[in-house]
Amino acid sequence: MPTRTLRVDYLARVEGEGALELRIEDGRLVSTRLRIFEPPRLFEALLRGRACAEVPDIVARICGICPVAYQMSAVHAIERAFGHRVEGQLRSLRRLIYCGEWIGSHALHVAMLHAPDFLGYPDAIRMARDHGDILRNALALKKAGNELIRVLGGREIHPVNVRPGGFFRVPARAELAPIAQTLERARDLAVHLVRWVAGFPFPDFERDYEFVALRHPHEYPFNEGRLVSSAGLDIDIADFDREFEERQVPHSTALHAGIRSRGAYLVGPLARYALNFDRLPVSVKALAREAGLGPVCRNPFRSIIVRAIEIVYACEEALGLIAAYEPPEVAAVPLTPRAGIGFGCTEAPRGICWHRYEFDADGNVLTARIVPPTSQNQPSMEADLGAVASAALDQSDEVLRERCERSIRNHDPCISCSTHFLRLSVLRP
Amino acid sequence: MDRRPRLAVWKFASCDGCQLSLLDCEDELLAVADALEIASFPEASSAVAAGPYDLSLVEGSITTAHDAERIREVRRQSRHLVTIGACATAGGVQALRNFASIGELVAAVYPSPQYIETLATSTPIAAHVAVDFELRGCPINKTQLLEVIGAFLAGRKPAVAAYSVCIECKRRGTVCVMVQGVPCLGPLTHAGCGALCPAYRRGCYGCYGPMETPNVPALAQRWQALGAPAKRFEHALRSFNAAAQGFQRE
Repeated sequence: MPTRTLRVDYLARVEGEGALELRIEDGRLVSTRLRIFEPPRLFEALLRGRACAEVPDIVARICGICPVAYQMSAVHAIERAFGHRVEGQLRSLRRLIYCGEWIGSHALHVAMLHAPDFLGYPDAIRMARDHGDILRNALALKKAGNELIRVLGGREIHPVNVRPGGFFRVPARAELAPIAQTLERARDLAVHLVRWVAGFPFPDFERDYEFVALRHPHEYPFNEGRLVSSAGLDIDIADFDREFEERQVPHSTALHAGIRSRGAYLVGPLARYALNFDRLPVSVKALAREAGLGPVCRNPFRSIIVRAIEIVYACEEALGLIAAYEPPEVAAVPLTPRAGIGFGCTEAPRGICWHRYEFDADGNVLTARIVPPTSQNQPSMEADLGAVASAALDQSDEVLRERCERSIRNHDPCISCSTHFLRLSVLRP
Repeated sequence: MDRRPRLAVWKFASCDGCQLSLLDCEDELLAVADALEIASFPEASSAVAAGPYDLSLVEGSITTAHDAERIREVRRQSRHLVTIGACATAGGVQALRNFASIGELVAAVYPSPQYIETLATSTPIAAHVAVDFELRGCPINKTQLLEVIGAFLAGRKPAVAAYSVCIECKRRGTVCVMVQGVPCLGPLTHAGCGALCPAYRRGCYGCYGPMETPNVPALAQRWQALGAPAKRFEHALRSFNAAAQGFQRE
């Protein structure tokens, strides 16, 4: 039989570059690979010998979409290594800047990268010709998130104000007041966004993921908590290596992660939501139910609704934090470096971002390890791809290609954190 | 027929932040999309149209043999080529490899280094092809990005000043942090961020790269007088624009 080769030069509307390969023999899908060849930038090696104070600025550059996540995981790891905890209003300000990143990043993905898939447009600009108000509202939402990061961090991409121990400068109450007004409008826009995406046509598709996320005693998680999973895992973040492993595969410059005894797992909005539904405010839970979600959602296509729900949550949380804000006496608590190892794990918009640093007595980095969310999701994205493609093998190349691309975009992969262009090639006789 | 100028956005080794700056122009994005045909912007659109392009915005540095070839093709397809950000303009943070052994660095990150194909250096776009304008910053300033696009549309030179961050501090009325004892790279650093760090009570860390006439030895002395160890000054220069000529210690 002749070989049918189908190729997409790169999967668009994802951050970064990688490739997809499907191999089909005798009408059966025999392998699916998410090939990642983003040129390695070698951050973990470049961090060696750098002072702890430089770490938050350097790791921010791993990702222009979620720099706050890298900064937050790093400062928590540094403080843990030196035996400090940052509490009170400084802790609140960290949650607040993280709210900004979730709002901005999720609004970008929901409205500009993901929604066009459900409505049949190649991009948000062309979608705007028919849904102009929706896009303008989504841009306003994204802008609100960015404004929050800008006031607290100085700028929305690679903020300058985060440091180990706290911040360089903390805002006055009066600086936050105008943002509260913006966020109240943003919350309303986000509720509309939830209702809009809830009406999209969703494929009937579920996967039995093992979800992994942080879980905090009282809060929907941002910076702190234990690492838990839907299969009963419940560990301190320092025990990550005992339960998880990273391995290198020849087809990717991003290391694959797996749970030692069970393999693939999923981090990100679906996991956070399923493992922390009870931590959402009553109003947000009600909105989720109205949008047709139960307390657990296993359909990755519906992750667009979960992201929109998390935007509403982040707006609510930010408004509460601003209402309770009193400027702390010091912008940063003083830290005394000591030799040791520190761990940080926080909830980036795309899922847990785990860091481990070893410091010398002066607080210089001896070794660094960073496990970004997208590299953890690689095996699950490959498994999704397999399931989606297997169910569509009788379809035309065009349909198959579109479904495969969509199955990857469901997870909002940030390939730059780990990876390059997604090129899809399907080989079949 | 669509007669608008055709825009393409390209990515090499980078964090995606500079191309995100275009999508971060929330108030102007739809106007930009009216004035230009966004012909190729894979991060934002799956409709990718073939070249040639009137304006190419290039993010990222060259770190693989494949990318060294790819940038030549981008140049061939582009009437104007503008680099955006510290990676494309100075090699970025990944150019720290230029001062170390690439083999050791790769072995520190990957258990099987033999699978990794990468060059020993990270180089700016201008080291490979002719560049029409370099917009600095890690990340770029989106207002400056709009100025560059606007200047291109009007057929004029972008109004982007090459003086130091110090001028921006004076203009916004920020009291110099160095006179308060905080080491700052502002006197060496290219303007463009709006002097953010001093406004947040920290010293500039040089993410916009060298200004037009940087005097490295003079600032080294000043840092020494403030009690900053020489190693700290060296680290400060060796960050996001480490490979830029103006940040070398002669």
